[in-house]
Amino acid sequence: MLWFKRKQSAESAKERLQLVLIHDRTDLTSAELNEMKDELLQVISRHVDIDRDSVQIDLEHDGRTQRLVADIPLRSVTRRRAG
Amino acid sequence: MTAQVVTISSGKGGVGKTTAVANLAFALAMEGDKVVCIDGDIGLRNLDVVMGLENRIVYDIVDVIEGRCKLRQAMIRDKHLSELYLIPAAQTRDKNAVSPSDMKRICDELRLSADFILIDSPAGIERGFRNAIAPADRVLVITNPEVSAVRDADRVIGILEAEEKHSPALIINRLNSDLVKQHDMLSAEDVLDLLGISLIGIVPEDEGVIVGSNRGTPVAQDPKSRAGQAFRNIAHRLKGQDVPFMDLDKQGGLWDRIQKMTGRR
Repeated sequence: MLWFKRKQSAESAKERLQLVLIHDRTDLTSAELNEMKDELLQVISRHVDIDRDSVQIDLEHDGRTQRLVADIPLRSVTRRRAG
Repeated sequence: MTAQVVTISSGKGGVGKTTAVANLAFALAMEGDKVVCIDGDIGLRNLDVVMGLENRIVYDIVDVIEGRCKLRQAMIRDKHLSELYLIPAAQTRDKNAVSPSDMKRICDELRLSADFILIDSPAGIERGFRNAIAPADRVLVITNPEVSAVRDADRVIGILEAEEKHSPALIINRLNSDLVKQHDMLSAEDVLDLLGISLIGIVPEDEGVIVGSNRGTPVAQDPKSRAGQAFRNIAHRLKGQDVPFMDLDKQGGLWDRIQKMTGRR
């Protein structure tokens, strides 16, 4: 029963629509979003030391409201100062 | 009486706007409400054939706007329901013959003598759509559980939000519960989650809808039709009644039987 194993199409429809709608609503392409993320990180790094590899910045939706959610872990400075 | 002006819109063409307008109109008029339908699709009129009134057209909405007839003369009365009227679109004239303020003026004139004014919006988000939403107290956005229809519905909802129209309500049309069970069609919950507006009705896919359009007798008149029942429920919700959503699980469908045979449920 191989055909049972193919990815179910409703799921890909929903995933693809979620992305497309966010970009339609914000009028931001993926490239523009990435550029914005880079600029944001540049500004933040001027002031604090951040852990670039664990940064997460995504557009999320809650009903019809879009949100730019950023999780930017900071590197601790106290230890270095104390050291 | 002060009529409620309800516009049905979708963005994408072919999702069932005209069918929905015809069915809601019949459902409301069957219960004694006075209903005036306006076909907003200048140049591509269709509501007349779906309602079975194509042979009765003398004047159209552009004749009213350009002063060639009185509003009453362009209102075609239904063959059976004496409280149901259609104002047809013009077929050959240019789309700019109607403006948003023309639509507002016509609806204001009708408001005092009707319970509902239903406007069939053309597809797209241009002039005809702007005309159709201008006088609306409420907009119903209709979509199918398909990627292109959902995406276009989202665009329309975005425009309505920007125009600060009263929050639109969603009709999900042509839901095929067998395909949903196979996970090969977006479910009503998926569509609602994506679009984020309130739901006013789910209409199951039903061959009877095409048969009804062929004959010019919308399925809302057929007490046995499931799509007809769904449209009658939406009509009740428009009147502020609290009607539970239908159970769309068709019992005994092919998929049901296969699942039972293979012991998957």
